[in-house]
Amino acid sequence: MLSSATRNPGAARAPRAALAPPRSFIWTRRIVLTLLTIFALLPVYVMVSSSLKPLQDVTGTFHWIPAHLTISPYIDMWRTVPLARYFVNSVIVCTLAAALSVCIATFAAYAVSRYRFRGRRVFAVVVLSTQMFPGILFLLPLFLIFITIGNTTGITLYQTRTGLVITYLTFSLPFAIWMLAGYFDSIPRDLDEAARVDGCGPLGALFRVVIPAAFPGIVTVAIYAFMTAWSEVLFASVLTNDTTRTLAVGLRDYSTMNDVYWNQIMAASLVVSVPVVVGFLLLQRFLVSGLTAGAVK
Amino acid sequence: MVKANLRSPARPAGDPGGAGEPARGTLRGAIRGPRGARIRRIGLPYLLLAPALIFELLIHLVPMIAGVFISFKALTQLYLANWQHAPWAGLGNYRIAVNFNGAVGQTLLHSFVVTCAFTVLAVSISWLFGTTAAVLAQDKFRGRGVLRAVFLTPYALPVYASVITWAFMFQYNNGLVNHVMHDELGITSRPTFWLLGDNSFFALVVVSVWRNWPFAFLVVMAGLQTIPRELYEASAIDGAGIWQQVRRITMPSLGAINQVLVLVLFLWTFNDFTTPYVLFGNAAPQNADVISIHIYQASFLTWNFGEGSAMSVLLLLFLLLVTVLYLLVTTRRRSSA
Amino acid sequence: MIMSLIRKTAFTAVAVAAAATMAACSSSSTSTNATGGSSTGTASTTTITYWASDQGSSVSNDYTVLNPELAKFQQQTGIKVKLEVIGWTDLLNRVLAATTSGQGPDVLNIGNTWSAALQATGALLPWSSQDFANIGGQSRFLTSAVGSTGAAGKPPAAVPLYSLAYALYYNKALFQQAGIAAPPTTWAELIADGKKLTHGSTYGLAIEGGSIPEGIHNAFVFSKQHGCGFFDSAGKPTFTAPGCVQGVQQYVNLMGADKIVSPGDATYDQNQSITDFATGKAGMLMWQAAGKNLQEHGMSPSQYGIAPIPVQAGAPGQGDNVDSMVAGINIAVFKNTQHLSAAEKFINFMTSDAEQTVLSSKYGTIPPIPSALHSSQFATPELSVLVNVLSTSAAPLPQVPAESQFEQLVGTAMKNLFADAVSGPVSLQTVQQQLSNAQQQMSG
Repeated sequence: MLSSATRNPGAARAPRAALAPPRSFIWTRRIVLTLLTIFALLPVYVMVSSSLKPLQDVTGTFHWIPAHLTISPYIDMWRTVPLARYFVNSVIVCTLAAALSVCIATFAAYAVSRYRFRGRRVFAVVVLSTQMFPGILFLLPLFLIFITIGNTTGITLYQTRTGLVITYLTFSLPFAIWMLAGYFDSIPRDLDEAARVDGCGPLGALFRVVIPAAFPGIVTVAIYAFMTAWSEVLFASVLTNDTTRTLAVGLRDYSTMNDVYWNQIMAASLVVSVPVVVGFLLLQRFLVSGLTAGAVK
Repeated sequence: MVKANLRSPARPAGDPGGAGEPARGTLRGAIRGPRGARIRRIGLPYLLLAPALIFELLIHLVPMIAGVFISFKALTQLYLANWQHAPWAGLGNYRIAVNFNGAVGQTLLHSFVVTCAFTVLAVSISWLFGTTAAVLAQDKFRGRGVLRAVFLTPYALPVYASVITWAFMFQYNNGLVNHVMHDELGITSRPTFWLLGDNSFFALVVVSVWRNWPFAFLVVMAGLQTIPRELYEASAIDGAGIWQQVRRITMPSLGAINQVLVLVLFLWTFNDFTTPYVLFGNAAPQNADVISIHIYQASFLTWNFGEGSAMSVLLLLFLLLVTVLYLLVTTRRRSSA
Repeated sequence: MIMSLIRKTAFTAVAVAAAATMAACSSSSTSTNATGGSSTGTASTTTITYWASDQGSSVSNDYTVLNPELAKFQQQTGIKVKLEVIGWTDLLNRVLAATTSGQGPDVLNIGNTWSAALQATGALLPWSSQDFANIGGQSRFLTSAVGSTGAAGKPPAAVPLYSLAYALYYNKALFQQAGIAAPPTTWAELIADGKKLTHGSTYGLAIEGGSIPEGIHNAFVFSKQHGCGFFDSAGKPTFTAPGCVQGVQQYVNLMGADKIVSPGDATYDQNQSITDFATGKAGMLMWQAAGKNLQEHGMSPSQYGIAPIPVQAGAPGQGDNVDSMVAGINIAVFKNTQHLSAAEKFINFMTSDAEQTVLSSKYGTIPPIPSALHSSQFATPELSVLVNVLSTSAAPLPQVPAESQFEQLVGTAMKNLFADAVSGPVSLQTVQQQLSNAQQQMSG
């Protein structure tokens, strides 16, 4: 069905007017998307207004517009906690974890999608079962493994960014492999064949044909891997020290034994999220290339 | 439907096309020759899998096996420093966990039921929001790019800060939710308690949906890209309206993606620790006592790691069962579609 | 063709760059972090690792306070101290991980309520009388503080470092408006004053009803006033003894029956009660050394007064007249340390009168050492009340290995009881049921 459509492009050229959505659809779209926008942004508004309040107003009487405005949280937050250092650590760890996770998952997903080898099903189930175990319980064993590796081979993983990168890339592997395998499955084998005819090996087919066609899926998985690492708190709290600490954990340091600096937490969270959201804005273009964007022709 | 065509390639995959005949008797010849091709063909998938497998073993599987091993030991604070010598408890920890007459077993069962209800509700709503938004945002319209970024914002914000914000919003006296519902709109006669009692369940659902639906949105949006435009155009010529297109083309094509998406959303929500922990602290109200917090209480906070491990293993077995059933049912439905 | 070649190169380049950066990162991070408690440095300088808890107004503030003192120590003894300040939310996890792996610091701060539990793990060095002699003797320390360093009958697992106690803070202006001349001296007076202060959206007393530590501390104190300590002398739990049930009911019914606490307080666990007190929404607050917090919230010391928390009858004291638990931080030595004498020298330094005066005045805590208490730094109105409470009417939380279970389970019960109290008085049966439930979940 797909092949016939792609081999007769002429038949599918319909006038644009026939595709214009009806008014009911446009209005539904407007209402639903507006409601979802409000739902998504309401807490963001509260965060912004909390970040501009003095500390006693944050949990005080609620006003839509803060009674007292101050930007001192945005200034103090850099000093209360070494925010810049945590930010750099997070960026390094998450980018590396995402990049490596995507690479490894791409190779694995290619194998799962394109080959029928023995153990394929077992691999899939085992990989999926890792999502079923509560993280709490393999925190200490993982910690012990890192220590053992450090003691026996001299490679220090404990309290380093490397250890964290390895941990995070593995956390996102299962879903990444499943998602990419599913995505690769939807790319027709004809494309692989075409590449083979041109003289590529299977890896060549992967790089030349499958990856470009699966680009939206790859970008999605990269975003997912990055965000999984970005927001992970539990393992980072144990596997880092004050030099290698990441943001997710570092934000909790605004909560001291005596008091919690809510306004600074909100300010810090917003500031560190700006690059991420900007990244989304730039990347969302890549989430929307399709099979029709050149691969088939 | 698209998948069905792809199951039987014309040629065995992995066969190099058109490579010349290399010299025999050399190592290169052994790898490059026809028999070598077979070795490469069989070996290649394993080679491709190797990095993933190594990392999974190291970080996921071995620690999990260690966790399972701990569940058979009475590992409390007494033995923490030399856990290898903790006394063997056999099935003791498991017996306590499933003894529904005892306090421990009873609270565990209650927590389990609460978690199932919570997960089903939160995942359904997250999936619904995500898919709706992705489908509605598919066509080009002004501000679509910004809208996509806006929808991904909850996903981008640090968990701790955003969930704490919701905790503030749900405050009894000074929270935004009560301010709007009680003071401004007058929906309720008295302010409601959102973080206590019955409503704590719904508060948790709301926060979980808020955090997770952007992910569903992201994945479905990526999945929509795999549906060729020609299908829509062809059906439009046949006179199909938008809603029919959604029902007949979009949803079935998303079958594979949805199968994985719903499953992982289910697993993650079931095991989600950070959201309820930040929202409720170390002790959740009874109606929102989800199993991740419960096990954390039973192990980390009470230093009884053996029991916590046993509960986790039971959780794992349950989720495995659910997953296997789910995959059987959905795969069968999809291949008969 | 070219595009795909570029993509292929890009792909491999990313992987290679990633690996290279990772290697660079790991080498740079290992060069700056020492792992665990092993020693570094030349033969003449020993280095010990110290994990400090976050006592100051921020983690950075802690470094600012401690680094000069550590420099002093190095000057005096030649021992270098590698400091890491760990946030309160992560400290227990880190200590746990260190205990399990055997790789930890040489010296560390611990919450004093963790002492018995950590003692039971065997990870901390027990302090013999010889060890105590190296730091001036056990008698230097306040008895109540030493009572919080481990199970009775066993050598202490730690040494008291900073101490605190609970006191009653009251808003002078609100008291004046309500016509109350002086802070309450009996419990009945406190209730009466609370009722006078409660009108409209203002309440008499603010409570962190959703907080486990606050719940457990108060449950313990009020139960002691009714003669129950939650554990008997053999260390077995007695949560459902009449004294405990009554004590818990007394506390919870401040909201449920006396109605001097706002129902919204039942969800408070992020210091909202401090905000309420500082902004005049509540007239009284029972807290540990709230002075610094109140300052951050815009309330100056002239606006509030401080008094010991009143008891049922008579003046606060020991036995049934306890009105606070012994709060504080202990300093302990990791048993696996390879620098025992250096560690003890460091603790000797940290518990010396001079250092105690410096550190406690910066942190707003009280030295658990009577000889240091004479300093004028601790003669402020707030601190003198706290010193008095700590020395005369404070009792340590049960020092049993199952202490953290106790905190967790009874703390949860308290939270549940406050959830009931929002709708009205809480009966003895309800309290009994919750405490019984908690006790049944105690294991070992």
